[in-house]
Amino acid sequence: MSYQIPKFRHPDLPVNELGYTKADYEGAISTLCAGCGHDSISGAIVKACHELSLEPHKIAKLSGIGCSSKSPAYFLRNSHGFNSVHGRMPSVVTGAAMANRDLLYLGISGDGDTASIGMGQFAHVVRRALNMVYIVMNNGCYGLTKGQDSATSDRGSASKKGDPNLFNSIDLCSMALQLGATFVARSFSGDKEQLVPLIKAAMTHRGFALIDVVSPCVTFNNNPGSTKSYKYVREHAEASGTIDFVPIMQEITTSYHAGTTQEVTMHDGSVIHLHKVSESPDPFDRRSAMVALEDHRADGSILTGLIYMDKNSRDLHDMLETSQRPLNELEEVDLCPGNRMLENINASLR
Amino acid sequence: MKPTDINDPEYFHKVVDCQYACPAHTPVPEYIRLIAAERYSDAYMLNWQSNLFPGILGRTCDRPCEPACRRVRVEEEPVAICRLKRVAADNKGDITDRLPVIPKKKNGKRIALIGAGPASLTVARGLAPLGYTLDIYDNQFAGGGMMRSQIPSFRLPIGVLDEEVNYILDMGMTTTFNIEIDSLKEILNKGYDAVFVGTGAPRGKGLNLPGLEDAMANVYLGIDWLASVAFEHTESIGRRVLVLGGGNTAMDCCRTSRRMGGEDVRVVVRSPFADMKASPWEKEDAMHEGIPFYNNHVPKEFVVEDGKLQGMTFEKVEAEYDENGKRSLVPTGEDLVFMAADDVLMAIGQENSFPWIERDLGIEFDKWDMPVLDEVTFQSTNEKVFFGGDAAFGPENIITAVAHGHQAAISIDLFCRGEAVTNRLSPEIRQGSQKMGMHEWSYDNAVETDQRYIVPLAPLDKTLKDRKLEVELGFDQSTGYKEAERCLNCDVQTVFDDVRCIECDACVDICPTDCISFIANGKEDELRTRLVAPANNLAQDLYVSEVLPTVRVMVKDEDVCLHCGLCAERCPTAAWDMQKFLYNVSKAGQAV
Ligand SMILES: Cc1cc2nc3c(=O)[nH]c(=O)nc-3n(C[C@H](O)[C@H](O)[C@H](O)COP(=O)(O)OP(=O)(O)OC[C@H]3O[C@@H](n4cnc5c(N)ncnc54)[C@H](O)[C@@H]3O)c2cc1C
Ligand SMILES: Cc1ncc(C[n+]2csc(CCOP(=O)(O)OP(=O)(O)O)c2C)c(N)n1
Ligand code: SF4
Ligand code: SF4
Ligand code: SF4
Ligand SMILES: [Mg+2]
Repeated sequence: MSYQIPKFRHPDLPVNELGYTKADYEGAISTLCAGCGHDSISGAIVKACHELSLEPHKIAKLSGIGCSSKSPAYFLRNSHGFNSVHGRMPSVVTGAAMANRDLLYLGISGDGDTASIGMGQFAHVVRRALNMVYIVMNNGCYGLTKGQDSATSDRGSASKKGDPNLFNSIDLCSMALQLGATFVARSFSGDKEQLVPLIKAAMTHRGFALIDVVSPCVTFNNNPGSTKSYKYVREHAEASGTIDFVPIMQEITTSYHAGTTQEVTMHDGSVIHLHKVSESPDPFDRRSAMVALEDHRADGSILTGLIYMDKNSRDLHDMLETSQRPLNELEEVDLCPGNRMLENINASLR
Repeated sequence: MKPTDINDPEYFHKVVDCQYACPAHTPVPEYIRLIAAERYSDAYMLNWQSNLFPGILGRTCDRPCEPACRRVRVEEEPVAICRLKRVAADNKGDITDRLPVIPKKKNGKRIALIGAGPASLTVARGLAPLGYTLDIYDNQFAGGGMMRSQIPSFRLPIGVLDEEVNYILDMGMTTTFNIEIDSLKEILNKGYDAVFVGTGAPRGKGLNLPGLEDAMANVYLGIDWLASVAFEHTESIGRRVLVLGGGNTAMDCCRTSRRMGGEDVRVVVRSPFADMKASPWEKEDAMHEGIPFYNNHVPKEFVVEDGKLQGMTFEKVEAEYDENGKRSLVPTGEDLVFMAADDVLMAIGQENSFPWIERDLGIEFDKWDMPVLDEVTFQSTNEKVFFGGDAAFGPENIITAVAHGHQAAISIDLFCRGEAVTNRLSPEIRQGSQKMGMHEWSYDNAVETDQRYIVPLAPLDKTLKDRKLEVELGFDQSTGYKEAERCLNCDVQTVFDDVRCIECDACVDICPTDCISFIANGKEDELRTRLVAPANNLAQDLYVSEVLPTVRVMVKDEDVCLHCGLCAERCPTAAWDMQKFLYNVSKAGQAV
């Protein structure tokens, strides 16, 4: 068993605008089971952050409890981290995001952490439009506690233990749409080509961004009969379209066929290109997105890709009109107007 | 690309960079692991099977393995492969009972070996255990060839040389020393079943410059002078010595001069420093002994006054390179430089010379007066006569002579048994998983980041006074262990089974050096541009799988794989396995 990743890296690794290689965004060696989908998502996060040239110290990764919630240890070694309590990651992010609006908040959760114990917190963080990326590593089970069915497990799906799940599943994307999320996407841990641009787009989105990533648990829920196995997901995933992410300032060199491609400018000026497959839903229309989710659920396929995005999204800070300067940087002089001002106010009230 | 045929032994052999680069294909990582396990005698014997002279080569090998070592592709310095070999030799126990048993009853075939250098000794080692009657002839007083006459004792102590040469000479053969063979015809007339010519490249090249004739008393050919020092015919040299030439012979000449009374010893070279032929470490050793190099100086004339050499003049030049990288040395136009000297050593190269081989024996010679040989079998156009070592294709080094010797021994054995000499065995391959448990490997898969360890040297004030005192002290056991741990175990191969793969990407994610991609197939040059990390080293192969269920292929760039085993550790289905691949070049007499 290896306890360390060797230090040597490929000598020709590309460097980003900050002069960093991908290795500068990595974390400790994973202790998850070999082949766990969560590790691939970690890999996708590393790739996305590197390609976006994010400064690691400007990112905070927060999580709850679960194998998924452990995974922030395995990426972004140089970023801030908070491994909180089961299902309580959203309230910790809320506090942090209110205090310091300058960081990029990356919440990592599991289907258990989000759809069971953390359901209440999840609902309210969506509703409040916190400016964060919320990634659910969704394996349909409680991996860390040995694979019990979770609330996202499909009815009839059987984990390694063999008994089909009796209950209806919670679809986190539908829920988030319902609750007013302004960026909703679904992807698959085994499809980095789709996942990486989605993470990048979510990171540049202002407001609440959910990515529900189906992420097979190889140990407890990757068996025939499970609807969250590598094989099942590969056979049943249907992409809503593909997206390319073009960072701010970078020239757009690829040419696209008009009509099938839409160009969307994000808050920071970067651009995403959406290549729609015929008859795929319109991701800028909430109602169409909801119908599409429902249609796919009905025919047993898994809709992946960008499901919904509000181009005019606002986040909690916008709504509360908080100070542009992060609250944690405000000193006493900024917060306390002083005696003279107090006297003036008092005088005006006399 | 087509799926890689990993059953072709050359595929994985090439991944073991050091072994592949070694002319004798010594299984380097295997012996390095034995050293780390303190199994020195085992490490020694493994070497001995391949290269016959672990103690000698552990001090003197030209080490083509080291520049090839994978380590230089991920950090600065290769594993000190050569000096680890010496650790095995220095720390081994008595190995005489592990040497091949020589049958009392001979097979009736008689072979003559001309020259007793490493090439002939290797042929002897191959044939003696098979029952051949061997007669060795050499014009020196003892065996070893240039290892004895040329390589100075401060690099190779006589004791080490004698020990390893004697392991072979003691295999029961007739040695005739101090005999100059001046007719191959006479040898053939003695009715030998085959003759091996291992006479090396014994003639030093000289420079016929103005003044040479008058200066002759103080001008020597480097290799002749080194031999006369080795054989103790020469006891001293003048105070001021000029050594002409920039190769390894020049390095041995200047360092020997420093020990024979030379105080102002200079190496004067036509080419720039970087272009000198000498190995980097030999240059370093000479500079460490305070010997200056005068580069870009072309010798012009021997200056003689009153019948006595005064020195030499040189023209200063600059190297210019055309667009093809071809160099020309262009005079700078400065005044000639005069350097005073009492003696001059010319070390500008060696050549072959076969005046003793009659040209009517059916042995064809080419336009450079070299025998025409088959490059695999080393057979000449006279089917009974085989060549090897420096005598075959010009001056090389010991390990090349050994490699030739092994192949020539196979040919001679086949020939004497009446079989086609081309009927050669493929290498012996042993391959097996290193898995011991869930994530346990039977090799130490952790990758050490230690920098290369430096071999300690004896103090200069001592070594410069005693020509026979060995300069390098060798690694002690604990340093040897640490250096051995730097080896990346390139023979522990990553073997991929497409049937088991579930395409979960775990290997891609964990691989520290981004070797693995799952990707749509394509033509090699185009595929190389699409991998997870650029695959620009065309000398290293891509390992391509069969088509997987997602219609992609697994492509592994072998270039900077650390053989860390993490891909296999992180694979949930054991589609990756770490398998040790032992490649042994076949030897004479191995069962067909
Ligand atoms: C100064 C110097 C330093 C070197 N240092 C190194 C080194 O550090 N490492 C390395 O790997 N290589 C080194 N080499 C090269 C290496 O010594 C040779 O490549 C190697 O010894 C060749 O082996 P061989 O068996 O082909 O021939 P040789 O070693 O040359 O042996 C041939 C033998 O045949 C004898 N012989 C020749 N003609 C006749 C004849 N007609 N009758 C009888 N006997 C004859 C010769 O005297 C000699 O003993 C060095 C060479 C020189 C000149
Ligand atoms: C308050 C609390 N309740 C229960 C647990 C036990 N527990 C640990 S992890 C976990 C479920 C995790 O499931 P999920 O979030 O899907 O993560 P996964 O391991 O599947 O990635 C549970 C119930 C706990 N740690 N804390
Ligand atoms: S138990 Fe499942 S979710 Fe947890 S690490 Fe193992 S494979 Fe991943
Ligand atoms: S790392 Fe070891 S096995 Fe690999 S090339 Fe270097 S010495 Fe040989
Ligand atoms: S052994 Fe596997 S994980 Fe390690 S460097 Fe090689 S391919 Fe990568
Ligand atoms: Mg889960």
